[in-house]
Amino acid sequence: MKDFVLRRVVALLLPFIQMFGIYVIMHGHTSPGGAFAGGMVVGLGVIGFSTVFGIEQGKTKMPEHVTTITESYGTLWYILMGLVGIFKGLPFLANKLAVDVGVPGELTSGGLIGLIGVGVGIRVASTMVTLFFTMMEEEA
Amino acid sequence: MGKYLRLAFILILALLTGYGVLVTVAELPPYGADTNLTYNQVSERYINGALEDTGVPNMVTAIVLDYRAYDTMFETIVLFTAVIAVLITLKGAQEEGDRK
Repeated sequence: MKDFVLRRVVALLLPFIQMFGIYVIMHGHTSPGGAFAGGMVVGLGVIGFSTVFGIEQGKTKMPEHVTTITESYGTLWYILMGLVGIFKGLPFLANKLAVDVGVPGELTSGGLIGLIGVGVGIRVASTMVTLFFTMMEEEA
Repeated sequence: MGKYLRLAFILILALLTGYGVLVTVAELPPYGADTNLTYNQVSERYINGALEDTGVPNMVTAIVLDYRAYDTMFETIVLFTAVIAVLITLKGAQEEGDRK
């Protein structure tokens, strides 16, 4: 799209959209929202940028070798966090028994929940972006 | 003759299955009654104990990532499978088109 206003607005808004999405992912356990919603915001920011500036320009924001890594290791990170319980001699994905959950309401509280949430958020964002790029390439 | 036999067999099978379904439906608890098995202590336990059990004020996150962590793990695996299926279908077709 060649509209000047649209291009300027999207270029100015992209960092704020990404920052808001990362905020929602990081604070999924202390405020409304969560990893799925935050990952969706991050992914849709990149998708909105690519619809206005084109796929080639959008791919420089999230190149294929980056999405390959995030696709592969998002779920593995989740399982790795689950193994913390096993290493402590507790059930898989044990949270309160395995680590200190801290003071409710702080960013570092919740034990493994915050860390798992980051993995899920990365996973959802990269899934959205990969699906979009693959399907748009097919159409082109 | 064999055709009629087959039809009769299918009819008997369908009637038996229908009978089984109807018997199951008749055994179901009444809809919305407060003595149903689904209204047990689980939801009460989650509402009252989520903060203490997980240290997380957001109860939805507490359930999704702690009480039901297995469910969320396999949900991310479902996302992974979906992406792999799309990539195999679309990228594979592209490469095949390139070769021709």
